[in-house]
Amino acid sequence: MEGKEHYSRRSFLKISGLLAAFAAVPVSVKAFYQDVKQYLIPKKNVSRLTLSINKTSHTLYVDTRTTLLDLFREQLNLTGSKKGCDHGQCGACTVHLNGERALSCLTLASMAQGKEITTIEGLASKGDLHPMQKAFIECDGFQCGYCTPGQIMSAVACINEGHTGSVEEIKEYMSGNLCRCGAYNGIVQSIQKVAAQ
Amino acid sequence: MRPFNLEKVNTVAEISLIKSAKRQFISGGTNLVDLMKKNVAQPETLIDVTSALSNNVSFQKDILNIGAMASNSLVANHKDVLEKFPLISKAILAGASPQIRNMASSAGNLLQRTRCPYFYDVTTPCNKRKPNSGCSAIEGNNRMSAVAGYNDQCVAVHPSDFCISLAALDASVTAITAEQKEIKIPFNDFHKLPENTPWVDNNLPADAIITKIDVAENKFNKNFSYVKLRDRTSYAFALVSVAAALDLNGNRISEARLASGGVAHKPWRWYDAERFLQGKSATEDVFLEAAKLATKDLKPLSENGYKIPMLQGAIFSALKDCMNQ
Repeated sequence: MEGKEHYSRRSFLKISGLLAAFAAVPVSVKAFYQDVKQYLIPKKNVSRLTLSINKTSHTLYVDTRTTLLDLFREQLNLTGSKKGCDHGQCGACTVHLNGERALSCLTLASMAQGKEITTIEGLASKGDLHPMQKAFIECDGFQCGYCTPGQIMSAVACINEGHTGSVEEIKEYMSGNLCRCGAYNGIVQSIQKVAAQ
Repeated sequence: MRPFNLEKVNTVAEISLIKSAKRQFISGGTNLVDLMKKNVAQPETLIDVTSALSNNVSFQKDILNIGAMASNSLVANHKDVLEKFPLISKAILAGASPQIRNMASSAGNLLQRTRCPYFYDVTTPCNKRKPNSGCSAIEGNNRMSAVAGYNDQCVAVHPSDFCISLAALDASVTAITAEQKEIKIPFNDFHKLPENTPWVDNNLPADAIITKIDVAENKFNKNFSYVKLRDRTSYAFALVSVAAALDLNGNRISEARLASGGVAHKPWRWYDAERFLQGKSATEDVFLEAAKLATKDLKPLSENGYKIPMLQGAIFSALKDCMNQ
C-alpha cells in the first residue's frame, strides 16, 4: 500500500519547497540571462525617423532592420502593401518612391528618409478610386486579390513610364508582379483601358 | 536578421573604406537586404553610401561615365546610352524587373553575389559563403552552374546581365582607395574565377570603393544583340546569355565582340570566336562555325549538359540578330 501512495505529506513538503526555491531564483536567473544576452545576442538599434508617406509626415522609432513593408504593416496599420515572398521575387509589396516603383520588402525604412513614399492607400483621392483601381474592378484584373495592390502600383508606374505600346510590352514591364490566380489577361486589359483614357 | 548599425555618409572622403564581413556598404539593397534576411550576410555595421557617390550618367570626350549610384533604369533609358551604347541598355532591360532596376545601383550590380542555391542555404556547405566548407553544387543541383572556368571549389556563375554588356564593350571600373588614390581596373580583370579563394568574387582591393564605370565610344552601336535564355520569358536569371556586337565594313567583320552570362564565375568572353570572326564575311555559315568554336571545349557538370547546345544556338542567334538591327 505504501508504495502506491502518490501524495504523501513528505512529497507535498518536497514539492512546495522546490517551488518556493524556484520562485526565488528567477530574479537572479533573469539578471544572469541579461548579462549573457548582451554577449550572445546583438542589441537591436532603434533610431528616430521622419518619413513622408502618402503626403503625411510620420515620426517614428524604428529598428534598423525594419523594411518599409514591415513598417507600413506593423507600425502604421497600412496593410494594403502585401508580403508575398519578402525576397523581391513577387512584387506584391510594390510602392512608389519619388514616383518610381520600388519593392518595399527590400527597402530599409531608415534609407527611405527624404523620399516621397506612396502606397496603395495613397492612390485614391478623397474617396474617389484611382482610374487604375476602377479599371481593375471593371476588367476583372484580380481573383483572390492578394497581389492586386502591387499590381496596381506597378500598373500606374507602367503607364507613367510609357510602356503600354503593345500587349507584349505591357507583359514585359509587368513581369515583376506575379499573380498565382493567373488574372494576367484582366490586368493587361485594365492597363490598356487606362492608357487609352 | 541580425541587428546592425546603419551609418550614413555624404562624401567619398567621409567613407572609411575598411570593409569586412562585419562592415559593409549598402546602396540599392536589392541583393544585400535579401542576403541579410537569409542570414548569409550578417554585417554589424552598414554604411549607406547612396548620397556619397555620383548617380549621374554623362558622355564627355568620347567616354561614357556611369556614376556608381546611377540606377539600372537610369542607365538603360539614358539618351547617350541608347544612341551610342545600345547593347548596354538591351542587356540591362533583359535583367530583373522594373522595380528592381529602379532600386539597384550600377556599382551594386557589379558586386552582386551569385544566385547558386547553396550559397543561399546556410544549412549546406558552400565555399563562397563559408571558406573551405566545401562545394555542394559540384555533386548536387548544378543545373544553373558553370560550364567554363570552374574548379572543384566552386561552380557558381555571375548572375548579371548588365556586366555581360560591359565585358563585351571593354569597359573599365574606377575605384578610390583608402589613401584617396584613384585606380582603374579593366572590366575583364574586375571579376575573377574561383581559383583557391571562391569566397572572393572580384579583384577590387578590400580598401577601395567603386566610384564609376567608363565605356569608350566604339563602333558597336549598329550591329549588336543580347540574347538571354531563361526558365520563363521575363524576370528570371539567365541559363545562358550572349552579348554580341559586330563592327562591319560592308559585309566584312572588322571586329567582333562576344560575351556570355550563365557560363562562368565571371562574365565570359569568347576570345577565340572573336578572333575567328575578324576579317570574315558576315554569313550564317561563319556565325555557326564561330558558335561551334566557342563551345567546343566546354565541360558541363552532371545536370547542365544542356547548356552546351543551348549556348551554341544562342551565340549563333545573337550573331544573326546583329545583322537585323
